[in-house]
Amino acid sequence: MSILEKTLTTKKATREAFGDEIVKLGKENKDIYVIDVDIAKSCKTSTFIKELPHQHINVGIAEQNAAGLAAGLATTGKIPFVSTYAVFGSLRMAEQIRQEVCYPNLNVKIACSHGGLTPANDGGSHQAIEDMGVLRSFPNMTVIMGADYQSTRKLVEQAAKINGPVYLRFTRDKVPMLYDETEEFTIGKAKKLKDGKDIAIIANGDTVHLALEATKELEKQGVSVKLLDMHTIKPIDREAVVECLELGRIITVEDHNILNGLGSAVSEVVAEEGKGKVKRIGVQDQFGQSAPYEKLLELNGITVENIVRTANAML
Amino acid sequence: MKNISIEELKEKAIEMRQTAVTMIHKAQSGHPGGSLSAADIMTALYFKEMNIDPKNPNYEDRDRFVLSKGHVCPIQYSALALLGYVPYETIYTLREYGSPFQGHPDMKKCPGIDISTGSLGQGLSCGVGMAIAGKRDKKDYRVFSLVGDGECQEGQIWEAAQTAVKYQLDNLVVFVDNNRLQIDGFCDEIMPLQDVEKKFEAFGFETKRINGHSMEDIVETLDEIRELKNGKPKCIVLDTVKGKGVSYMEDIADWHGVAPNDEEYQQAMEELAGGLK
Repeated sequence: MSILEKTLTTKKATREAFGDEIVKLGKENKDIYVIDVDIAKSCKTSTFIKELPHQHINVGIAEQNAAGLAAGLATTGKIPFVSTYAVFGSLRMAEQIRQEVCYPNLNVKIACSHGGLTPANDGGSHQAIEDMGVLRSFPNMTVIMGADYQSTRKLVEQAAKINGPVYLRFTRDKVPMLYDETEEFTIGKAKKLKDGKDIAIIANGDTVHLALEATKELEKQGVSVKLLDMHTIKPIDREAVVECLELGRIITVEDHNILNGLGSAVSEVVAEEGKGKVKRIGVQDQFGQSAPYEKLLELNGITVENIVRTANAML
Repeated sequence: MKNISIEELKEKAIEMRQTAVTMIHKAQSGHPGGSLSAADIMTALYFKEMNIDPKNPNYEDRDRFVLSKGHVCPIQYSALALLGYVPYETIYTLREYGSPFQGHPDMKKCPGIDISTGSLGQGLSCGVGMAIAGKRDKKDYRVFSLVGDGECQEGQIWEAAQTAVKYQLDNLVVFVDNNRLQIDGFCDEIMPLQDVEKKFEAFGFETKRINGHSMEDIVETLDEIRELKNGKPKCIVLDTVKGKGVSYMEDIADWHGVAPNDEEYQQAMEELAGGLK
């Protein structure tokens, strides 16, 4: 069954996917470590702690130390996953990730819940809208956000197999489950959900399901949409973006500042190729606030309606 | 551990200092002050204490060394060059394009560097990670880390310290190069550290404070703590003099990161040849 025909009824936060997958990985490989910074419960590593205490470290509320400690572990052959919230995992430990993880290209994973606007009622201080942009600018770093539970599990599994730094971003809140267990995902390769002739929509993370709904609506209106889940924004799948350029029109959708995230990564490819037009839908270079998640998306135009409107305006 | 006498170590320390000053002079760039204050402990570690193998720099069970105050790498590079990790002539390439001797230690470019450092306050955390791995894997290796007293102004040092105590890392030894100076002047004026030994002790470390330029004291202390498996990480505060061994550099903050000119270099080499007074 095509993903467009599915009725999306079940929802799950992608932080749950990390929590489940990391236990599986940890059991398979004793070198997989989790480093917590006191927020294990909300980052969903409680099962790992219970079942694999020998592979777990909790450094308390000390993120900078967590990143450096992970680097030290990695030099001995461990594969540490530092588990925290995206604001801290990208910014509080940014320099430690740069100096001690990315510069020596060590095998450390930064696995972060509370990506984008998803910690909605926590307010602007806890909503990471710039994390992927910051980490995208560090050499050697891979930057990933899965769209749902299943894809996130697969991407976490693959991240563990890459010998180098990876930043993984998860949702705090529940998002619709899009994919079956059988779907495969490759880091650095866009997942094509639908081919089309008129316009391309490239989305990632918790906005993929919105892009999917918008695609259905546009198809009803007679617009042929090509839809990509760009779960990896670095390295960006250039080939996939170039293919979209054949349509001349691209809309990017992301739960991240429109600066430096998916929209920017796609625009860089488009600008270098010298043809085509991009419209970026995402956080409008403004901080969030405490509000329902859907309200925050709406305040930034990250909605099905706005994607449809933007597409029609480009045609 | 290697068998080497204190007298031989003192001779090595002379070579270490001369090599460091030579490379900084050739590069006309680098950090002589802290390299010289750290010279004696570095000599004792590299030529006696640490279980390392220059022919096999990455062997799994080796002792690890983390130069948290990465800018004094010329003294570490001196050890690596004298021990044969790299050809001795490498000392003439410090800070040059393509050199394993980067401005700050780079584990990907230089054999014998266990972790890249350079941004103050961060190395000790890496050392804690290595020491935890050693404990979990039931390995006998130890982890040695040199931090600066000025560097202890970084909060992350204390994050790492509390973690070392929590995980009972008696395989970790932290040396504080207590030379009392930082770039802008005396540490006590810039940001007083108070009694750094008491601070580490309060965190739960086994501590000791010694003259960091007495090879006798250094060796005696290393002997004392070698087999001390009491569940406590160790902190040895080394009272040192920045620029030690070169009269015009001693206790002068301005020699933190300045290279000697030709005349100053000649004088330094002559003074160093006589050993520490």
